[in-house]
Amino acid sequence: MAYLVLIGTRKGLFTARSDDRRHWSVDGPAKLDDDGFTAVAEIYAAACDPATGRVLVGASTFFGPSIWHSDDHATTWSEPENAPMAFPQDLPYRPLDFSDTAGIDQPDSEQTNTVKRIWQLTFGPGQRVWAGVEPTSLWTSDDGGRTFTFNQALWDHPQHTTWASGAGGPAVHTIVPDPTDPRHLTVAISSGGIYQTHDDGQTWEGITAGITVDYAPDEAPESGQCIHKVTRDADGTLFAQSHGPAYRATKPDGGWTNISTNLPSNFGFAIVAHPHEAGTVMAWPVGESMDRTPPGHRIGAWRTTDGGDTWHPWGTGLPAEPYYGTVMRDGACTDGAEQPGWYFGTRCGDVWAADDQTGQWHLVATHLPDVLCVRAMETP
Amino acid sequence: MIIDVKLPAALASECGGARHLDIDVPAEATLTDVLDQIAAAHPRLGRRLRDEAGKLRRYVNIYVGDDESRRLQGLDTPVDGHDIQILPSIAGG
Repeated sequence: MAYLVLIGTRKGLFTARSDDRRHWSVDGPAKLDDDGFTAVAEIYAAACDPATGRVLVGASTFFGPSIWHSDDHATTWSEPENAPMAFPQDLPYRPLDFSDTAGIDQPDSEQTNTVKRIWQLTFGPGQRVWAGVEPTSLWTSDDGGRTFTFNQALWDHPQHTTWASGAGGPAVHTIVPDPTDPRHLTVAISSGGIYQTHDDGQTWEGITAGITVDYAPDEAPESGQCIHKVTRDADGTLFAQSHGPAYRATKPDGGWTNISTNLPSNFGFAIVAHPHEAGTVMAWPVGESMDRTPPGHRIGAWRTTDGGDTWHPWGTGLPAEPYYGTVMRDGACTDGAEQPGWYFGTRCGDVWAADDQTGQWHLVATHLPDVLCVRAMETP
Repeated sequence: MIIDVKLPAALASECGGARHLDIDVPAEATLTDVLDQIAAAHPRLGRRLRDEAGKLRRYVNIYVGDDESRRLQGLDTPVDGHDIQILPSIAGG
């Protein structure tokens, strides 16, 4: 078995390949387009479908955002002739910035909504692909990621008046399918909250209540919280890393439990569940307050095997010297293998991989542009 | 009226490697009319230049004759027989 890692950076897509998850060969930046301008594109989103081998990459370029796909394990790339997604132009303009009109539709505005950046691509059951987009919107594809349909119901959710922009932009940045129920989906928004559908996106329920904030007078709002990432473990338990503590929701309607008491900080972006072991989750905390670097200036992953009640630093082989690169919200993943590998990349352009069994981190790539997303899968 | 549209190398593959396009438009045509024709014949090139609202992308500059269209009447600028040159401004460090 071999392994493929897609590394999306601030300047292009890099690929890494290995037969043993220890020794890696790295290529890039990839020229997704024939002219090569995607070599400097921001790559926020990548996705792998082990069932078909298809990989998708969302690139934001000087010439607008688009989605490329490859069916030969990221060797050659194709892009649809027509735009994979386009906002309905009859929608009123919705500013999603830091202004006092954020989240409030402006029917008299001459501006319109347009796709700015593709933040998330996720394969669901069957041929379904979901895309999370800036401005805050969700899209569905049933042709493998070539054309997408706008999800009106989430856009129209009454809580949209509480949505605004995080520092990186307003987006649906997390999409969590349910492998047992193709009509069930969880999405997360910065800033905005967490939403679930049980009817394939026709209706949405906000499930953010219980996640507190320390940056607004109302510490316990119903919605509008800045959620950084959500992951789902093998039993269906959701784990959320907020702009503050990490949380566990054993039942989505049963509220959230703060699980950061054992972590070195109350802040972070990336959180990833083990693909097969319920209650096992990895997090990459970031120093809270004004020190947005790894806690103690030491890069490291923290692991729980009891659903977040206790955490411990996990793995060996990471730098012992001070390290200042954070792991962004999509900068970590597993490859989903039976004996999974864990992967993460940092804003210093370093990427590591470790076998779940050994916990030994091996450098996949170094000195890349800052890493925005990492996705991996087994290949034949 | 045939308008000569010069393309940058970064977009040439969208037209089979061509660096020029001859666009046939009425005498009273505007820049929008030219871009509409380009988009109809080469959809991917069209969306590289304008977003779904029909607005010129931020880093795409289009010169009508010697003047950048944003300093004229934007996409409503009459082309008036002038050559058109598309120049991306590749910004950032």
